[in-house]
Amino acid sequence: MTARTSSASLRSAKRQRLLLGILALAALLAAGVIALFALQDRATFFYSPSDLASRPPAPTAEVRLGGLVKEGSVVRRPDGLTLDFVVTDLARETRVSYSGLVPDLFREGQGVVATGRLAPDGHFEARELLARHDENYMPPEVAQALQKSGAMPHEAAR
Amino acid sequence: MHALANPARFRRLAEALTPWLAGAGLLLVGTGLFIGLVLAPADYLQGQSVRIMYVHVPAAWLALGGYLGMALAALTARIWKHPVADVAVHAIAPVGATFAAVCLLTGSIWGRPTWGTWWQWDGRLTSMLLLFFLYLGVIALLSAWDDRAQGARAAGLLAIVGTINLPIIKFSVEWWNTLHQPASIRLSGSSIHAAMLQPLLISAIGFALLFAAAVFMRMRAILAEQQREARLRRRAVAA
Repeated sequence: MTARTSSASLRSAKRQRLLLGILALAALLAAGVIALFALQDRATFFYSPSDLASRPPAPTAEVRLGGLVKEGSVVRRPDGLTLDFVVTDLARETRVSYSGLVPDLFREGQGVVATGRLAPDGHFEARELLARHDENYMPPEVAQALQKSGAMPHEAAR
Repeated sequence: MHALANPARFRRLAEALTPWLAGAGLLLVGTGLFIGLVLAPADYLQGQSVRIMYVHVPAAWLALGGYLGMALAALTARIWKHPVADVAVHAIAPVGATFAAVCLLTGSIWGRPTWGTWWQWDGRLTSMLLLFFLYLGVIALLSAWDDRAQGARAAGLLAIVGTINLPIIKFSVEWWNTLHQPASIRLSGSSIHAAMLQPLLISAIGFALLFAAAVFMRMRAILAEQQREARLRRRAVAA
């Protein structure tokens, strides 16, 4: 074998590996897309009030409900422990009751994720309450100024 | 690329670059963290715990970027048989794993006061944990065979297959409802106030330079070790 033919076969071997690599990546991408489509419903961390209304979970199933705490809806019961509030995705609303410790960020207008069951009367009995933080970061003075001017960005109900 | 395929030339270049990368990286990380931890304002909702962001976010970016670099190096090694590319895979894996671990730990510490939980199996957190495990898998496979080349082949394959996780991490917060907030910094702009964004970007660039310095130092060490082994083998053959 002369040096010339061996370098040509090396080049074609390289091209073959490149082609195989591209094919493998394409197959990987296709597998990933298919897996993601299959996961779509199951990978969600919480349901919005609209999701609960359109596809109500089984009465015994524990699910997570997420959305914004409706402004002016938080009421503490006389027992001092139980909170009643409304979670909204700005389309539909769900009444929620929860007794226990509340995360620092829990407040009206903020995002929240409650874990619990949907009671037969349509209200959500939460066993665990988590606060959500949105993507907006700003100093308190800026937040105050924005609140005053009514331009405060709100977490879109997701 | 071809010029760097000569390990001796690559080692000389890496040796010259490392002190500059490390020096500039330390300077920028120091500046960014001083501004972020001392001078920058607290957040209107999170209070002081927002300052974890100046470590958490660069760690997350670099864990992802490092993985992409590692996978590209693995691809280069497989297709073009580039001799330094396998060394790069070997060098990046533990550094990237460290950054992924820092991201997960700082995120957990931030999540406790902010969300009210250390950990939840939401899309972003789970896919990021998977990235950490992919790094560990690559590290384990690299030394799973007596034959170094065999280990490099298996680890490279895992690194390439694992890239499917990168877009999942990035878009998890948009495809699915997650506890983790969506991205604050997008092509269209940032929803982080300038007084916080500036130290974040400074420390991110600093951490990136430190990442590169650590990788170059490891690559030089691995190349030196390979050279020593080759020398010992030659001596054994000659004797």
